[in-house]
Amino acid sequence: MRRIIRPCGLHCIKINHLGVTLGKQEILKDINLHIHCGSLNAVIGRNGAGKSTLIRAILGDIPHTGTIEFKDRENGHIQKLKMGYVPQSMNVEKQTPVSVYDMIAAYQSNVPVFLMRGKKLRGRIEEHLKIFEAEYLLDKQVCNLSGGELQRVLISMALMDNPNLLLLDEPVSGIDQNGMELFYRTIYHLKENYDLAVILISHDLDYVRKYADKVILIDQSVRKQGSVKEVFASPEFCQVFQYGRGED
Amino acid sequence: MEFFSWLQYDFMKFAFLAILIITPLFGLMGTMIVNRKMAFFSDALGHSALTGIAVGVVLGVNNTTISMAVFAVIFALLLNQISSRVSASTDTVISVFSSCSIALGLAILSRGGNFSRYSSILVGDILSITLEEIWYLAGILAVTLLFWGFGFNKLLAVSLNRTLARSRRISAGWMENLFAVLTALIVMVSIKWIGILIINALLILPAASAGNISENMREYHFFAVLFSVFSGILGLLVSYFVNVATGPTIVILASVIYFVTYWWGRKNNV
Repeated sequence: MRRIIRPCGLHCIKINHLGVTLGKQEILKDINLHIHCGSLNAVIGRNGAGKSTLIRAILGDIPHTGTIEFKDRENGHIQKLKMGYVPQSMNVEKQTPVSVYDMIAAYQSNVPVFLMRGKKLRGRIEEHLKIFEAEYLLDKQVCNLSGGELQRVLISMALMDNPNLLLLDEPVSGIDQNGMELFYRTIYHLKENYDLAVILISHDLDYVRKYADKVILIDQSVRKQGSVKEVFASPEFCQVFQYGRGED
Repeated sequence: MEFFSWLQYDFMKFAFLAILIITPLFGLMGTMIVNRKMAFFSDALGHSALTGIAVGVVLGVNNTTISMAVFAVIFALLLNQISSRVSASTDTVISVFSSCSIALGLAILSRGGNFSRYSSILVGDILSITLEEIWYLAGILAVTLLFWGFGFNKLLAVSLNRTLARSRRISAGWMENLFAVLTALIVMVSIKWIGILIINALLILPAASAGNISENMREYHFFAVLFSVFSGILGLLVSYFVNVATGPTIVILASVIYFVTYWWGRKNNV
């Protein structure tokens, strides 16, 4: 098991004036966020509000304007930000011969996975899977994992290079109510015990209410951000979620 | 009739050598083509060979292999670009371009009723390969092995999840284009020997068969190369003794392997 660090509370991530324009359409504009380490930040909004685009822009997958800074609050140093990403799903169909080892090694190493298996790497992967009691999945095919199992594997993978910021897209399918509760508890455990900040796209307002430290309501730009109480009581929130509370 | 009698002919020796190079190459490439669901893409690429020849004829290029290869590379890059931009589904886009290019090729080549001159490329003839051409094949095998060694993990990472790969500083676009260009080159260098009509079968079948019974990447590659080489060599020998075209014989054998592995995989729940 790897050393667990208490969040120091001294680092912060600042997103300044982030904007994304694809073609002629402005998808996000003037997003300003201040994320502290050890906090769970839930991004909510209706479908098509730009939640996934925000995450992809932060990751550098799509071009954006504005800046992302990672600061040490004590001495104001600017450091390189390490990000981990947990996608909603992977592109694997039934019968795809990709094992959990193959998947993780493809992202983590340059030793060709079709040729051989690195003992050292295998040990390292196993060690990280153990954190989420998923080491027994190492040789299973990715396409045969349940939704919850896949999430645990993906989170272990994201933690392998000690990220400062963990970005997650909440799974929407293949996970039952119990699995969802477990997913949120896992995230909660992470932010309590590791030195990292979490940004989570969420579709389930009940879980957000229960677990999030900070809520960011997005609709092209940041409509409202703050504590759960502040955002849930705001007129902007009522306006966005006036139909079908609890899902979007 | 002695079993090794075929070795006394030079054309059989060359064909045998060529099979020994082409089949592992196709087995290897096939794994990624099947994984990335690019079967239709490689099929369209094969068909574009006709257009490549036609362009060569129009421009007065003597070596049609070069005009085919250049055209195929441009075609592959164009398809990649367009299918990532256009919102219509990829198979529709590919189909439109493929039909357009094949019609163009047929129209030009059939001008003056001369198409029969080119019909050999439809079926292919591995027995006519020369030593020099075998060297070309060996060269492209070397390039592929190099690319596979350095780029395979990245390619797999991109095909599993593009955003996740990008977040780890893997340039998805580059890997995808390199792979498409390599596929185009391999298809064009071997199309004279395998034939337009069946080249895709040779790319897809061994990998698909291997996928039926494999649980990880090592098994997948091992079986794909094994099935490909096996059906290649056996197909060459059978076609020699039974006196039928080599390409189709190889594909028939590869298909049989596919059905057997499908049945086996089902039975053993792989």
